[in-house]
Amino acid sequence: MIQDILAHYNYWIIMVLMMIGIYIVASRGNLIKKIVGLNIFQTSVFMLYITMGKVEGGTAPILTGKPEVFSNPLPHVLILTAIVVGVATTALGLALVVRIREAYDTIEEDEVRDQDNATVAEEMSRAAR
Amino acid sequence: MIAALEPHLAILQVVVPLISAPLCSMLRRGDLAWMMAMVVSWLAFAMSIALLAQVMATGDISYHVGNWAPPWGIEYRIDAVNAFVLLIVSGIGAVVLPYAKKSVEREIKPSRRAHFYTAYLLCLAGLLGVTATGDAFNVFVFLEISSLSTYTLVALGADADRRALPAAYNYLVMGTVGATFFVIGLGLMYMVTGTLNMADLAARLPELGANRTVDAAFAFIVVGLGLKLAMFPMHVWLPNAYTYAPSVVTAFLAATATKVAVYVLLRFVFTVFGTGFEFAALTLTWVLIPLALAAMFVATIAAIYQVNVKRLLAFSSVAQLGYMVLGIGMLSTTGLTATILHLFNHALMKGALFLAIGAVAYRVGSTNIEAMRGLGKRMPWTMAAFSAGGLSLIGVPTTVGFISKWYLVMAAIENGWWPIAVLIVASSLLAIFYVWKVIEAAYFREADDETAIQEAPMSMLVPLWLLVLANFYFGIDAELTTSVATTAAKAFLGGGG
Repeated sequence: MIQDILAHYNYWIIMVLMMIGIYIVASRGNLIKKIVGLNIFQTSVFMLYITMGKVEGGTAPILTGKPEVFSNPLPHVLILTAIVVGVATTALGLALVVRIREAYDTIEEDEVRDQDNATVAEEMSRAAR
Repeated sequence: MIAALEPHLAILQVVVPLISAPLCSMLRRGDLAWMMAMVVSWLAFAMSIALLAQVMATGDISYHVGNWAPPWGIEYRIDAVNAFVLLIVSGIGAVVLPYAKKSVEREIKPSRRAHFYTAYLLCLAGLLGVTATGDAFNVFVFLEISSLSTYTLVALGADADRRALPAAYNYLVMGTVGATFFVIGLGLMYMVTGTLNMADLAARLPELGANRTVDAAFAFIVVGLGLKLAMFPMHVWLPNAYTYAPSVVTAFLAATATKVAVYVLLRFVFTVFGTGFEFAALTLTWVLIPLALAAMFVATIAAIYQVNVKRLLAFSSVAQLGYMVLGIGMLSTTGLTATILHLFNHALMKGALFLAIGAVAYRVGSTNIEAMRGLGKRMPWTMAAFSAGGLSLIGVPTTVGFISKWYLVMAAIENGWWPIAVLIVASSLLAIFYVWKVIEAAYFREADDETAIQEAPMSMLVPLWLLVLANFYFGIDAELTTSVATTAAKAFLGGGG
């Protein structure tokens, strides 16, 4: 039992990170913290791929001419792409937070929602008149 | 010259918009960027027609990117289904662009217009890429290209209303969670099979037999795509994003983005996992069908209570996506035919409806129901188009809405699910209420003020009426669409595809 858990320790770490990330996204009201949570969540998936490609006793996949055991390079390549996507997402998310701060003067989700609700109420009363 | 390019259509379809996007941003001037986007999107449309003709004449196309043979290299695989979806996406993309010029000039600041068209072309390239590729990881990359540009497009609505910003932010957070779930699913599949090519996956997954990793992969992929396609109850990003995005963007996204996500779900559930996969069949019946039914009613009733017409139509989209998911859950040829038909038909009707509302926003400057008062007289062509689109949404005979609902009801009866057939009709009847709300304001209420409001400009009316007429054309002569949809459905259920 314990042996099983320890043998798959990488998956346990990944799962804990995944849960931490998604919990931050769901529970925090600060828009920047949400983006950080999203990053942690994505990073855990990167690790899932990378650890999957590891071959026991394998080295870096570089052709040397000698027959060697090496790790599977494909997950690395895939994750390189996914990292680029992740960076773009983070950049766009943070840019949106900057714009939200300019427009609302806050980066707290509930305060943004309060201001939006006030706008809706105002529109409704104008329409009623 | 053209003959030399013909074998490469599958990749050109995606690469041409992708490369022209950065060129578009270098043009800097809004009108030049618009011209470029216009040429490119009509070119993409022409290519998708050529591809469909090619598929119909010679069968499936398998294109090896960089001449690397699959499963090692990336394969682009075009069959009847994706050729059809490519046609929908590029067709809508081409039709909304003439409309875009005026609408964008009104809703977006001059300094941002070139960037608007850049993001638009990127989004188009992403959606076409998702549809054309036969490589599972490639789907993720293109899905994110289209999603990231969509977030930008939605946020550009902030020039008119600042609420576009939180809407885009929430869409970004939920969309990224969805995409990441999807990648987790792909990772788990790669772990047990060692391949990412869809056809190869389809061949290897059944060999494994019952396998918990594959079950988990299936769950992650369905949830991830569910977020992207706004499957109830994962739809919460959609109403705000559609309400505050610029009018053209709403029309384009409502007609394409969620449809492409539905296509990817179909592709994964039926081609990659296959119908022999029991866990999937159980999930589809016992999870997707209740959710689809809930979407049909909850979202329709929510739509009835909206005061903003764009928001009303957004909720209606959630309900209509419920019909598509319901068709998937039926697991029968007729059910899948209904889903694929509705994919096309819903693109036509929601495209027309959102373009009509965009025309109102252009002239009146508001999309609230109060603003529609008296518009039946002042903007007769626009409101007539809206009414026609509304009829199609309800599913009145001679419109496309009727055709897809007909197939859906038939599928329910075929499975012996009478209560579901009744529920489909009932929720369609509920749609009358929200469509009527708008029509009543437009035709039976007098405008409050006497300010002169003119009919929308010709460049907006022509694309709008093109879509409205398509609604009736394909509603009366459904031969073409149903034959493509039936072929596609049979290919999906016959395994492989």
